Amino acid sequence: MSLPTLAELSRRLGKGDVSSVDLTRDYLARIEAQDPALNSVITVIAEQALAEATAADARRAAGESGALLGIPLLHKDIFCTAGIRTSCGSKMLDNFVPPYDATAVARLKAAGAVTLGKTNCDEFAMGSSNENSFYGPACNPWNTERVPGGSSGGSAAAVAAGFAAGATGTDTGGSIRQPAALCGITGLKPTYGRVSRLGMVAFASSLDQGGPLAATAEDCALLLQAMAGFDPADSTSAEHEVDDYSARLEADLEGLKIGLPKEYFGDGLDAGIDTAVRAALAEYQALGAELVEISLPHTHLAVPAYYVIAPAEASTNLSRYDGVRYGYRCEDPQDLYDLYTRTREEAFGAEVKRRILVGTYALSAGYYDAYYRKAQQIRRLIQQDFLAAFDSVDLIMGPTTPHPAWVLGEKVNDPVAMYLEDIYTLSVNLAGLPGMSVPVGFVDELPVGLQLIGPHFSEARLLNAAHRYQQVTDWHTRRPAL
Amino acid sequence: MSVDQAEIEKIAQLARIRVAPTDIAELTERITGILDMVDQMQAVDTSGVEPLANPLNASQRLREDRVTESDRRAEFQAVAPVTESDLYLVPKVID
Repeated sequence: MSLPTLAELSRRLGKGDVSSVDLTRDYLARIEAQDPALNSVITVIAEQALAEATAADARRAAGESGALLGIPLLHKDIFCTAGIRTSCGSKMLDNFVPPYDATAVARLKAAGAVTLGKTNCDEFAMGSSNENSFYGPACNPWNTERVPGGSSGGSAAAVAAGFAAGATGTDTGGSIRQPAALCGITGLKPTYGRVSRLGMVAFASSLDQGGPLAATAEDCALLLQAMAGFDPADSTSAEHEVDDYSARLEADLEGLKIGLPKEYFGDGLDAGIDTAVRAALAEYQALGAELVEISLPHTHLAVPAYYVIAPAEASTNLSRYDGVRYGYRCEDPQDLYDLYTRTREEAFGAEVKRRILVGTYALSAGYYDAYYRKAQQIRRLIQQDFLAAFDSVDLIMGPTTPHPAWVLGEKVNDPVAMYLEDIYTLSVNLAGLPGMSVPVGFVDELPVGLQLIGPHFSEARLLNAAHRYQQVTDWHTRRPAL
Repeated sequence: MSVDQAEIEKIAQLARIRVAPTDIAELTERITGILDMVDQMQAVDTSGVEPLANPLNASQRLREDRVTESDRRAEFQAVAPVTESDLYLVPKVID
């Protein structure tokens, strides 16, 4: 089964072959009929979506145009949406209705995109399987007994199932790329600071980055175009010119130098994934690219460094959930200490608590140098590996994940095994680089993703490389039978 | 590095998370597992390596000191668990 891409829908809207109201009704009907099997959407806002679609159709009738005008999207439930519950997959924010939109959401709205609802995710984006959600796990549409990946698992599952033309996600250690790989769609994590973090509920502030998930690279280019840009209200937003991401999609790949890190093809990589990824690399050779073996020697330290830095920053960020200003509050607190400790015990899930405690430990007196500072030094070494590699290659490619989607429940009692599933994606966040995942085949009827990594602010180049591959292959057109 | 239950209790107190006595043993085991994995870092000589805090090596951007926000107290307090007279209510702190 094949579904129209976002770009195709955009062209049909432009020609007047279809209206935004029609598209919105279709997607809402699909969500209603099929999402009970996937649990990928936490909140559907049908009435408001149809009102937005009507407004988009009116704007178009008045002569306005725009690639996203009238395009129905879903947002990960970690982006604040004014007047719409934003839960972050947590009991803590089950009752939280933000009074403002995240900048990324506001930009997409301004471009005319319609919001269908909010997608399931791991609690506060902490997880690799979507099983850490207060609302229960989302399921993989290719096999509903398996995980969709995480933390943007709901967004990836929903796009793969055809519940929206595209979706937003966030990626702190792989949370866009890994679920995109496991669900057989295209996902892009931009350079750190490229998309505003304002209103994107914070997990690890030096790593978090929002980005698009969609069927194709062409679709991701259209979404990123609207999402990207400097935001004075985000103190870490990059003051860097935004490229025209669609303009270079068709550029020739002749002479493109692709680095293959030998550390990404070693022990622990599923043989079927290795085969699919190597077949994709052969396509790149056929497109004129040159493959070069490289080394990123500190790769094995990405998981330990990440699991100090991310929890440390999380422990600081999540201190704001105190039962006082918004969100959950325990019943009948005896005193202030009881209010804080019981609110946080009752409303945070197990993985979030573990990370807060690990982070608190790493930042506590006497341990700072051994943990946080050490991890930041290793972070420098990891970034230097990439910068050195980019002296001799244009892009880096390898598998997005070591394994295809695993069975729900398989790793929930082994946090470290779960962490190791992100071994190829974490270092990209530590280095602040842009990365993509593109579907390149199947192993045991489960999708496989190729990861593309580029230098800072090379999103246009990544999208170009992904698009050219998608022009000569059809993996991105495959859709699960629901 | 292994941590004992007393240390976990102390960290939980610092993090303001109550841990039920029945959960403490399992939590200690899980966190010890994570810290053991993290300890792979200690095998690397990082002397002289400048810590990387911001991946773009950016420092905090400063802006002019002037009011840019409007007063939205009513909206912000509308999502609070308990307020009274425009104030957030908490249990009595001082007798």
